[in-house]
Amino acid sequence: MGHIGRIVGAAGIAACVAVGAVQAHAAEPIRIGAIFSVTGPASFLGEPERNTAKMLEEQLNKDGGLLGRQVEVIVYDDESDTTKAVTAVDRLIKRDRVVAVIGPSTSGSTLAIVPKIEEAKIPLISCAAAKKIADPVKRWVFKTPQNDALAVKRIYRHAKGAGLTRLAVLTASDAFGAAGREELKELAGPAGMTVVSDEVFGPKDTDMTAQLTRIKGTAAQAIIAWGTNPGPAVVARNRVQLKIGLPLYMSHGVASPKFIELAGPENAEGILLPAGRLIAEGQVPSGHPQKAILANYTKEYETRFKQPISTFGGYAWDAIMLVAQAVKRAQSAEPAAIRDALEGTRGFWGTTGEYNFSAEDHAGLTEDAFVMVRITKGNWEMLR
Amino acid sequence: MPALSDLLQYVISGATLGSTYGLAGLGFTVIFNTTEIINFAQGEFVMLGGMLAVFAIRWGGVPPVLAVPLAIGLTTLVGVVVNRLTIRPVRGRSVIVLIIITIGVSIVLRGAAMLLFGKDTYSLPGFSGDEPIAFLGASLLPQNLWVGGMTLGTLVAMKLYFDRTISGKAMLACACDRKAASLMGINVDAMVTLSFALSALVGALGGAILAPITLTSYDVGILLGLKGFAACILGGLGNPFGAVAGGVILGVLESLSAGLISSGYKDAVAFVILLALLFVRPSGLFGQRAADRV
Repeated sequence: MGHIGRIVGAAGIAACVAVGAVQAHAAEPIRIGAIFSVTGPASFLGEPERNTAKMLEEQLNKDGGLLGRQVEVIVYDDESDTTKAVTAVDRLIKRDRVVAVIGPSTSGSTLAIVPKIEEAKIPLISCAAAKKIADPVKRWVFKTPQNDALAVKRIYRHAKGAGLTRLAVLTASDAFGAAGREELKELAGPAGMTVVSDEVFGPKDTDMTAQLTRIKGTAAQAIIAWGTNPGPAVVARNRVQLKIGLPLYMSHGVASPKFIELAGPENAEGILLPAGRLIAEGQVPSGHPQKAILANYTKEYETRFKQPISTFGGYAWDAIMLVAQAVKRAQSAEPAAIRDALEGTRGFWGTTGEYNFSAEDHAGLTEDAFVMVRITKGNWEMLR
Repeated sequence: MPALSDLLQYVISGATLGSTYGLAGLGFTVIFNTTEIINFAQGEFVMLGGMLAVFAIRWGGVPPVLAVPLAIGLTTLVGVVVNRLTIRPVRGRSVIVLIIITIGVSIVLRGAAMLLFGKDTYSLPGFSGDEPIAFLGASLLPQNLWVGGMTLGTLVAMKLYFDRTISGKAMLACACDRKAASLMGINVDAMVTLSFALSALVGALGGAILAPITLTSYDVGILLGLKGFAACILGGLGNPFGAVAGGVILGVLESLSAGLISSGYKDAVAFVILLALLFVRPSGLFGQRAADRV
């Protein structure tokens, strides 16, 4: 390359840099990173989360953005793969220079990216449920879904009210089921419950009659089944087949219309489970602080994406809106200021419940984030 | 000591579950008998039987009575196409190559089903209602009877086919000695095609009659294929009766160990017993001694 070429090249680069700088100065958007499992086995979580994030980005900008700046939500798909989540968080931090990260959808991916987040000193609001994410508290890490322990406490409160103290637990042998089993056994004593039967089933098992027959022969007054589809649906079917009249509790892991479809409405009849208010949005009393949030979110989501609302999308709603309110209160889009404002969040109502973060609590919810619902004629009936 | 009715319940549950394994196992037997290939796509034929029936109803609006035969027919066609596209072009290669090809086929079929039908689990209505029947203190579903009856019926039909018909015997001849069979005027290619069709048919039948009890999704084939294979090995590879008996034994073992020992270790208990049995009888419970095939 001759002199002229080099000069033209240099000028070109200078021009580009100058244009870039001018643009950045004019309307530098506030960039929020997001990692969701949009495809792969966890896509039932990630897809509604991505949809929700994109919908909120649009809404925030329509209302004038944050601090007078536009909001840009950059979503990467980790394909339900932990390794890809780590690559994605690197890209968000180093290339996209985001001020906060929301997601990932799964607990495994969340725990995998925590070291990167702590190193970069950027707040993370996870949409995954595992207790370990916020216990012990990590300075930069928050989460929106309810802890399993809250669901267990809610079930025990209901069982106690109904005078049921001797329980049979039937849990899936996967991560969700095992975590539930641990909590169920640990919290039984303090709640005045006795676990008289402790059975497990494989997440792919197609027949639970053996376990249920065994439970039938014990002194159990109620059964608590803990897992995600399809296992609990088989439990519901087998229970009716064996004519077991004991009340059946399930976890929030099956709080979706799919469960009723798989079990069949006649087999699901009467099953009790803790769930976020979102699934029975129509039955939330009109004075409730969540009423408007839930009604608007449901309406906007369902008209825009032509698919039923899901609790999981709600986790992303909460995460983005938590960041948005933190930015507003901090009057700053600096990661450290956002983090401090997040930790100072009190009485923020999201789709999942009321968040009260503090230096000791980065999960922020209480068992009131759950309501007990009963499946009645193929529908969710919210119990008082 | 558990009550007698509980024991009966374990056995009934186990036998139903075991019939599934047996039906998957039967399919292995048919293809093995003609080609000496272990077809690892057998579980996918079972999956297709259930999934196609579900989607014939959902998408095609086909009445349930017709959906099942339709699904079985389509799966049989898939079996024929699989053979034509993947096995026949490389015929004559060593058996191990062909077996590895079937593993590839199973991955392709599973992936295609996932893309086409999605990752959700589906259920199929029971053929004659879901009202449980009480039987000596145990209870079973009408569908359990369907499964038992169909398994038995298939087994008898297969036995008759292999023992009494010319084409059944021709199939066995292909397995014994391909060259000799073709010298005797047997169209070996046609026999192989027929065996793939037959095993897909048996697998799909199993998948369709099971779906009302066990639910179905794109990936049920993995487990069913594995358990079906275990059933075959237990009963003696190549023996249709052995495959079904092996399946039922495996199912009952699982159910009894879940009921009497621990539901956490039921698979482990069943497979330890399986291993111990094979240790004593390496050719399976009903298998022929390896000596008569030199």
